[in-house]
Amino acid sequence: MTKLTRLLLAGTAILIAGVAQAQNTDLRVAMQLEPPNLDPTAGAAQAIDSVVYSNIFEGLTRFTSDGSVVPGLAASWDISDDGLTYTFHLHDEVKFHDGSAMDADDVKFSLDRARAEGSTNAQKVLFSAIADVTIVDPLKVKVTLSKTNGAFLFNLAWGDAVIVAPESAADNATKPIGTGAFLFKDWVQGDHIDLIKNPDYWGTPAKLETASIRFISDPTAAFAAMMAEDIDVFVGFPAPENVPQFQADSRFQVLVGNTEGETILAMNHKMPPFDNKLIREAVAHAIDRQAIIDGAMYGQGTPIGTHFAPHNPDYLDLTALSSYDPQKSRSLLTQAGFPDGFTTTLKLPPPSYARRGGEIIAAQLREVGIQAEIENQEWAQWLETTFKGKQFGMTIVSHTEPMDIGIYANPEYYFQYDNKEIQALMTKLEGTTNPSGRSDILKKAQIMIAEDYVNGYLFELAVTTIAKAGIEGLWLNQPTAAIDLTSVNWQ
Amino acid sequence: MLSFTLGRLVSLCLSLVVASLVIFLVIEVIPGDPAAYMLGINAQPDTVLALKAELGLDKPMSVRYITWVTGMMQGDFGQSYTYRAPVTQMVEDRILVSVPLAVYALFLSIIIAFPAGIYAASRLGRAGDITVIGATQLGVAVPNFWFAMILVLIFAIKLRWFSAGGFPGWDKGFWLSIKSLSLPAVALALPQAAILARVMRSSLLDILGEDFIRTARAKGLNRRQVLWGHALRNASIPVLTIIGLQFSFLLAGGIIIEQVFFLPGLGRLIFQAISARDLVVVESVVMLLVFLVIIVNFAVDIAYVLVDPRLRKK
Repeated sequence: MTKLTRLLLAGTAILIAGVAQAQNTDLRVAMQLEPPNLDPTAGAAQAIDSVVYSNIFEGLTRFTSDGSVVPGLAASWDISDDGLTYTFHLHDEVKFHDGSAMDADDVKFSLDRARAEGSTNAQKVLFSAIADVTIVDPLKVKVTLSKTNGAFLFNLAWGDAVIVAPESAADNATKPIGTGAFLFKDWVQGDHIDLIKNPDYWGTPAKLETASIRFISDPTAAFAAMMAEDIDVFVGFPAPENVPQFQADSRFQVLVGNTEGETILAMNHKMPPFDNKLIREAVAHAIDRQAIIDGAMYGQGTPIGTHFAPHNPDYLDLTALSSYDPQKSRSLLTQAGFPDGFTTTLKLPPPSYARRGGEIIAAQLREVGIQAEIENQEWAQWLETTFKGKQFGMTIVSHTEPMDIGIYANPEYYFQYDNKEIQALMTKLEGTTNPSGRSDILKKAQIMIAEDYVNGYLFELAVTTIAKAGIEGLWLNQPTAAIDLTSVNWQ
Repeated sequence: MLSFTLGRLVSLCLSLVVASLVIFLVIEVIPGDPAAYMLGINAQPDTVLALKAELGLDKPMSVRYITWVTGMMQGDFGQSYTYRAPVTQMVEDRILVSVPLAVYALFLSIIIAFPAGIYAASRLGRAGDITVIGATQLGVAVPNFWFAMILVLIFAIKLRWFSAGGFPGWDKGFWLSIKSLSLPAVALALPQAAILARVMRSSLLDILGEDFIRTARAKGLNRRQVLWGHALRNASIPVLTIIGLQFSFLLAGGIIIEQVFFLPGLGRLIFQAISARDLVVVESVVMLLVFLVIIVNFAVDIAYVLVDPRLRKK
């Protein structure tokens, strides 16, 4: 009996002993959503980029935390005077994780694959300007465009434009082979992905030896895991209501940064009465942005008055055009012939900005007489019926793609805004390469859509990163979905 | 016994066929296109079509159903759309979390419920009985996900004895894995134990009032001998039924607990697969759960007969 007792006690002791504390070169990161696969060139899921961007895969150019575009695998480039030919000079001695050399062949293969007919690249439009890719020598690639594209270097920095090898491209979904500072080690699906340092990295080597990325979708579980110090960093912390607790705790640091997510109340221009500008203006004035940011996002988020990221140097603050003014909203409704308001639908996808924000917006609209019937939808359902099927009056969604004001030139896009002026302006933008010219056009476009009240512009989505004190080098902002660990280290 | 078993086997196969049809139709009918989901809101329509063709989603529904069922019969569950991996392999890893968790929880439930139920029945109306009744009333009322959060607060955040969730994998050590399944198992087990203890108690009380118990006592057996030798076996049919139901519940009902403890189990897989409209995965996992539940019911049916020879004649 005593033997048994001792055995039981020993067993309990082992159970309770716990996992050894992480070494200073190991990092346990968590994010909310698990990527479906690890191939950034064949899917739009942001979680894919979060894991692989810059860590495993690299493109010719890359984003930094402040959104600027810097050289990646291309050390430098020359642009011809007509803006149609880009010659990229590749870094020497870059190796893929399987040991093969990265050279001009791989660049040509990657760009041709992404723009090919039958390509399943989710951002195929990024490559639409490319007419031809030619190999000059193993370290020099010439890309010819069919029309000038002022955003070409920017486009190449996206996760969808990373350079992959022909031998491994087909297996990247489960066994990603890139050129980055980390090697893919292991993926326990549903739980975590392990990365280890790439000892043969061509650039500045990573400071971490290992990184484990976990997936915790439930906000309460995320809070518990962070508080129990099971993880070191949580990127995109899903429980904004708990953030003050972390801010007050010296064990942690809280980073609140910007994303590229313009959160908008989209209106269906082919669905009366939203074809009437007065109605859209009335909706815009009925909305109290700050109440939505405070109520739905616990104060996190920057109000926007147009479809543009506030941290961009070309951003114009146009929020005054659609200030909160229910009185004006009511008189606009009367002017439009709807003195008693009208009834419409409000379709809400799952993220909390939409679900919580939608409730508040519906209440605000009710104040001026607009009855918005809320319908909660899953993403797949939203994509099918609202986005593709265009069966909606209003919907709330965050447009997280960087520099996406071009969607206003596409009359087929889900909110179906058809305006020849903005279409001409966007065509002009594509053909403009000099920075001041581009800046002028972008500003003009922002004013144009704000003054036409195309959609209700709510706020720029914030991203909260919670980390243990002493971790350095994390991205503050998310110019693209990424958990760039290449320069992260423990103090 | 043989004809009984064969009969049960036939109804088992029929249930599987019907289940496969229902699952397939329900999942095909709900709106949502896996290709559109994967490519997001900036994809061009021709890209979505290309991906649909690549995934085989352009084929008619009947062809896809037959491919799915014939594949499954050969042990091939197909290829996941979003994960781009064979479903069989994905499911294998998940089963090794979900089934041990369910077994662990059921084991805890039984070792708590049996003594509690028997003790309460033997103390009918006295303080011990009332305590057990009160405790089980509370246990039945508490939702397991709430109880799970309380466990995390106490044992993971305050005391730091356990991690707040996650699963290291069986290859990292048996005890480590058991440890990480402990809080979820307790959270799942306690409400079940409460139900089971009540069933055990009332079932025993029914039997203890029967004539044959009085006869056994009259022929000179003491209370203990009557309880262990006669009452318990006769009281076990309702208990077995509940255990069978509970195992099925624990297997399928782990979904919420797996979210709370971020465990890589079947529940979490199916949750992700439904939102991504990864039809192949959803269909296969639901089918697998149906299969497991049917097998458990089958085993319970067989156990009835083993416990009660009278049932063999029926």
